[in-house]
Amino acid sequence: MRVALFITCLADQFFAEAGVAAVRLLRALGVEVDFPEGQTCCGQPAFNAGYWEGARPLARRTLEVFREADYVVLPSGSCASMVKNHYPELLPGSQKALDLAERTYELSAFLVGVLGVEKLGEGLKGKRIAYHHGCHALRELGVREEPLLLLKGAGAELVPWEAAEECCGFGGLFSVKLPEVSLAMADRKVATLPQAEVLTSTDAGCLLHLAGRLSKKGVGLKVAPLATLLWEAYAG
Amino acid sequence: MRAKAKLYPKEAARLLREKPGVREAVTGATLHFDRNRLKAYAEVPIAEWRERAKAVKDHALSHLDQYLELAEKRLKENGVQVHYAEEPEDAHRLLREIVERRGVKRAVKAKSMLTEELGVNPLLASLGVEVYETDLGEYLIQLLGEPPSHIVGPAIHLSLKEIQTLFHERFGTPLDASPEALAQVARKVLREAFLTAELGISGANFLVAETGTLALMENEGNIRLSTSLPKVHVAFVGIEKLLPRFQDLALFLPLTARAATGQRLSTFVSLIQGPARKGEEGPEEVHVVLVDHGRTALLADPEAWETLRCLRCGACLNACPVYRQTGGHPYGYVYSGPIGAVLDPGLLSLEEAYPLPYASTLCGACLEACPVKIPIPKLLLTWRHRAVAEGLSPAWERAMLAAYRRVMESPALYRLFSKALRGLPLPQDLLPLLRAWTEGRGPLKPSPKPFHQLWREMEEGHGR
Repeated sequence: MRVALFITCLADQFFAEAGVAAVRLLRALGVEVDFPEGQTCCGQPAFNAGYWEGARPLARRTLEVFREADYVVLPSGSCASMVKNHYPELLPGSQKALDLAERTYELSAFLVGVLGVEKLGEGLKGKRIAYHHGCHALRELGVREEPLLLLKGAGAELVPWEAAEECCGFGGLFSVKLPEVSLAMADRKVATLPQAEVLTSTDAGCLLHLAGRLSKKGVGLKVAPLATLLWEAYAG
Repeated sequence: MRAKAKLYPKEAARLLREKPGVREAVTGATLHFDRNRLKAYAEVPIAEWRERAKAVKDHALSHLDQYLELAEKRLKENGVQVHYAEEPEDAHRLLREIVERRGVKRAVKAKSMLTEELGVNPLLASLGVEVYETDLGEYLIQLLGEPPSHIVGPAIHLSLKEIQTLFHERFGTPLDASPEALAQVARKVLREAFLTAELGISGANFLVAETGTLALMENEGNIRLSTSLPKVHVAFVGIEKLLPRFQDLALFLPLTARAATGQRLSTFVSLIQGPARKGEEGPEEVHVVLVDHGRTALLADPEAWETLRCLRCGACLNACPVYRQTGGHPYGYVYSGPIGAVLDPGLLSLEEAYPLPYASTLCGACLEACPVKIPIPKLLLTWRHRAVAEGLSPAWERAMLAAYRRVMESPALYRLFSKALRGLPLPQDLLPLLRAWTEGRGPLKPSPKPFHQLWREMEEGHGR
């Protein structure tokens, strides 16, 4: 089975180690991993801001870059949803878009849904983890249980967090177009956050935003992308 | 109502800065409503209810011409006087006529967002009519001279302390008066108004075409009194409120209650079938004003018409994490929150409502809450796309998105950008956009090496 990793621009720049972790994990599970080097950004920032004409060429080139892959796996729910749900809307009538949508998965959904993995290892034994459900993973892709299953399966303790399924306030351009509201939303997440060792999520954007807010507020909580923790789950 | 939606970003920021108590009050109340809704939804086969409700509304909207004619016919048979108001001025003309003919000095009003749209209160005031909002929340904000900040809970942004202070100043109640004591004071004032008003004004939750029945839902009894005690009752009904059959109420009344407040049914449901008949008590005149005010145009919009399914339950406001930070005032128009963000551009114009479709992170919580499955995130994207096409977006944003596109279209440029991000000192204080990020979150720190570089290193190591 050949998987092409779509690292996504934010993870490429800000959470590069998540990509390394995803590659190692997939390879350890017997998957052949490729990284098509022509990839850049899925086009979501433009699409969500209303710049569909700007998003279209990026969507088209993504279709080309990943034409050959059996599966495309992203360590991001939001970008995976862009490809799965919004490319077909953005490029109506495109068979290639429908085809890629079908082959595209967020990492944890791929591990559980396609590879049938339920237990990666014991590497997170006793670790107290706060899991933030990225909105697009949760509500657009329906990825709710997969990450929790994999984390718990590796011995992690998921701390109960009343705002776990609430939006963190990132929202791409929203975070700078309406910074005060965006920060107020982050503050609600932070204020309800229980004691934990690490905060994780599928999405680099949410993590960048929450990590920034946590450090600004002087909360010394470690933030790590889900892929990094899943590799830790496997490798210990 | 004059729209001030253009000021949304500034007003939202100002409110968060100057009135932090609003965020606390609104977050608390909306979370409470939202949890109750979830519980109430879980008690019934909600997926099926929502699908059926959507289908009934879509049917009614796509046959609106027929149902309007039928409703008019049945209403008239019931002795109701039927009027059409395309614009607020048409409604004003009718009210002026009634006020003059009946010598109206005092009017009692049941909560109605549509009358906010139409500017009914300022009009009546200009005619010398004393207007009493009789919904308790609505009465509070009338005393304060504020517009409603929530479709269902208009005073959701107020704390008990603010209400205690208001009543202390107005009615001399003690500053620590209990909510019950405050309600008693309001009750006394409003009872007097109910008994003396010549005119009662209401909206309607639904208008049943086959029977000409107005359906109104409430929890306080003030709608029942406003529509039955005064000799004249005028109901303003948006044309999208039509339901084809009486039996549709069996679905829509409980669905609306569950969505709005998590109740199985509202405490009161009034089904109004016309003026008092011989030997009955009740209004001598009942008028139904069917209001367009932009709705026909919205219905003809193939990409945005679904907004008209809205039941005005407020469930999307309660579910919205953006709305929860500020309440409805910064949105600057009658309808706020997610539904306002997609309805206001349709009712006003996109230019007038420009920032509202951007008042969302596209988190999708509104869609999950909506009892008639209005695809709000998709509609937000549609309005954003139109805003860009119409050139309404700011210059900095257009420039940034153009630069972004150039970089992302070329892997070579993307790699160069990647180097610059690490090699060059970021002008963190110069770019307003970067400042908007870093002010609240600290400096952006890229990984020491981007993944695409780590990949090459891995592969080189791998190959050897």
